[in-house]
Amino acid sequence: MTTTAAKPTAVTAPVDHAAGKSRVELKNVSRGFGEDWAREEVVRNLTFEIKPGDLTCIVGPSGCGKSTIVNMVAGYDHPDSGEILLNGQKVVGPAKDRMVVFQETALMPWQTTFDNVVFGPRLRHEGSRPEIEKEAHRLLEKVGLGEFKQKYPSQLSGGMQRRAELARALINRPLLLIMDEPFRGLDAMSRPLMQEFFLRLFEENRRTNLFVTSEIEEAIFLADRLVVLSNRPAQVRAVIEIPLPRPRQFHMMSSPEVFEIKRQALEILHDEAMKSFGGAAHFAHRGPAEHEARA
Amino acid sequence: MSAVTALPSQAPAPRVFKRRSKFERAVSSPRFWRGIAGILAFLALWEFGAWAKAGLGLEIPFFGKLPAPSAVAAAAAEVVVQPGYWWSWVESYKRVLGGFVIAMILGIPFGLALAVNKYFRDVFFPPFEILRPIPPLAWVPASLIFWPTNEMSIIFVTFLGAFFTIVINVLGGARTIDVRYLRAAQSMGATQWHLFSRVILPGTLPSIFTGAAVGMGITWNVVLAAEMVSGGGSQAGGGLGFFIWSSYMGGSMEHIIVGMISIGIAGYLSSALIRVLGERVMPWRRAF
Ligand SMILES: Nc1ncnc2c1ncn2[C@@H]1O[C@H](COP(=O)(O)OP(=O)(O)OP(=O)(O)O)[C@@H](O)[C@H]1O
Ligand SMILES: [Mg+2]
Repeated sequence: MTTTAAKPTAVTAPVDHAAGKSRVELKNVSRGFGEDWAREEVVRNLTFEIKPGDLTCIVGPSGCGKSTIVNMVAGYDHPDSGEILLNGQKVVGPAKDRMVVFQETALMPWQTTFDNVVFGPRLRHEGSRPEIEKEAHRLLEKVGLGEFKQKYPSQLSGGMQRRAELARALINRPLLLIMDEPFRGLDAMSRPLMQEFFLRLFEENRRTNLFVTSEIEEAIFLADRLVVLSNRPAQVRAVIEIPLPRPRQFHMMSSPEVFEIKRQALEILHDEAMKSFGGAAHFAHRGPAEHEARA
Repeated sequence: MSAVTALPSQAPAPRVFKRRSKFERAVSSPRFWRGIAGILAFLALWEFGAWAKAGLGLEIPFFGKLPAPSAVAAAAAEVVVQPGYWWSWVESYKRVLGGFVIAMILGIPFGLALAVNKYFRDVFFPPFEILRPIPPLAWVPASLIFWPTNEMSIIFVTFLGAFFTIVINVLGGARTIDVRYLRAAQSMGATQWHLFSRVILPGTLPSIFTGAAVGMGITWNVVLAAEMVSGGGSQAGGGLGFFIWSSYMGGSMEHIIVGMISIGIAGYLSSALIRVLGERVMPWRRAF
C-alpha cells in the first residue's frame, strides 16, 4: 500500500520544549528580481505574523511569489528591504531552527530513508550515535515508515516520501516548520490521507507552522489563519481566522461557517486570478464559487 | 448494472520467491533466446554468403567478400594458443587502463573544481573549451615528438580521449544538482565541506560513471588508432590495433576478423567493468 493509516503512531517522545513557542514576524518585506528596467517586484511590503503554536496558511494565485516568501523565511534568499524575525531575532540564513518540506521530494536519492533522516544530527554531531539512531527509528515508526527505513527514496511512493521528509525535518526539532505546497502532486487518494496525517502530527505538539498551498479547502482544513495574497507582487489581501476547533475533522468542512470563509477567500483569489489574466477580465462574469481554488 | 459491492479485502498470500541468479533468470527469458536466434541467423547468413561464392560462384554483397565464420573460428583457434596474441591484449589493456585511470584521477577533481569554484571556472574553462574540440588523434604527431617513448605518447593521447569527456560530464553533473538538496543540507547545518562531500560528490556520481562509460569507449578507439599509426611500439606485441594492422599487411582476412572480434570483446569487458563498479558504488541506482 502506498499511503497507510492517517494517524501518527503513538510512540513516546522526548519532550520538545521548543515546539509551539515560536513567533515569526515579517515586517515590510519586499523582494524583486532582475536588473534595472527588467526588474520586477515579486513581494511587496509584506507584513504579517505567525503566532506561537499556530498553523498559518499562505494562499495565493500561482506564481504570485509564495515560494519566494518561503525562501526568505528559510534564509535561502534575502529581502531587499524589511526584515523577518524569528522570536525577535533577525533571520540571516538557513539554520536548523527552520526546516522546509519542499514541493517535490528533496530527500537525497543517494541515501536510504534512514540515512536521510539522521543526516542533520549526524552532521552536527548532536548526541551520541545510538541516541540519534533511536530518535530516527522513533520518528520513522511514527510516520509509518518503520518497514521502509532501508529503502531508497525512489522506492517510496509520493505519500511515503512526504512522510519521510517530515521525519527528516522533525528530527532537527525546528522552531518553525515551513511547508511549500507539500501535497501538490499527490494523487487524489493519498492527498486527504496526508492532510489528515499531517494534521494529527501538528495537533500533537503544535509546532509553529508556515504552510503554503494553492488549495483553499486544504488551507481551511489545516490552518488557524489564512493569509490571502494578491497577485504578483504579493501583498497581503486578507487575513482570515479559522474558528474551527481542534482536533479538526473532515465533517467540519461542511459547516456553513466554512462555506462562508471559502466564499470570501475565493472571491479575493478570483479577483486576483482575473488580474493575472489581464485582457481576459471580461470573462469574469462567472461566480467565484464556481471557480475552483486552483487559481 | 449491478450495485457496487465492496469486496472483502484479502491479504495476498505471501509469495515465495526462489532466489535465482542473474544468469538463470537471463537464460529462462524469451529475450535471451531471441538474441541467440538473432546471432545464429547472422552467422548462418554469413556462412552461406562465403559458401555461395566458392560453391555457386554467386557473390553476395558484403558477406561474399568475407571468409566464412568457420574459417575465422579455425584461425581464432590457432591464434588463441599463441602467447603473442595475449600479449596484444595485455599491451592494449595497459594503454587503455593507463590513459583512462589517469584521466579519471585528473578529470574528476578538475571537473568538480570547475563546478564549485567560480574563479577557477573563469580561468580554466576557456582554455579547456579551446582544446576540447581537437580530436585526440590530431595530437598523435605532436605527442610522438613531445614524449620520449612511443608508449608514453600513446598513453597520453588515450588520456586526452577520456579526459575531456569525463570533465565535461562531471562539470555538467555537478552543476545540475538540484538546489533543493543543497538547501535542505544547509538548513540542517551543513558546512561547505559537507555540501561538497555529502551532496555534490554523491550527486555527481551518476555523471561520473556516464563520463567513464563514454570515455572508456573513446579510449579504445584512440588506443587502436594510435597503435596502428605508431606501428604499435617496438617491444613484444604491439597491442590489438597492431595485431589487426599486421594481419592486414600479411593479407590474412581471417586474422583481421579475429582481431576485430577480440576488440569487441575487450571493449565489452571494459564497459561491463564500469557498469559493475557503478552498481557497486551507487546502490540507489539499482532498481529493486
Ligand atoms: N531567483 C529568481 N530569479 C528571478 N526570478 C525569480 C526568482 N525566484 C522567483 N522568481 C520569479 O518570481 C515569481 C514568483 O515566483 P514564486 O516561485 O515565488 O511563485 P509561487 O507563488 O511559489 O508559484 P507556484 O504557485 O508556481 O509555486 C515568478 O514570476 C518567478 O519567475
Ligand atoms: Mg511555489
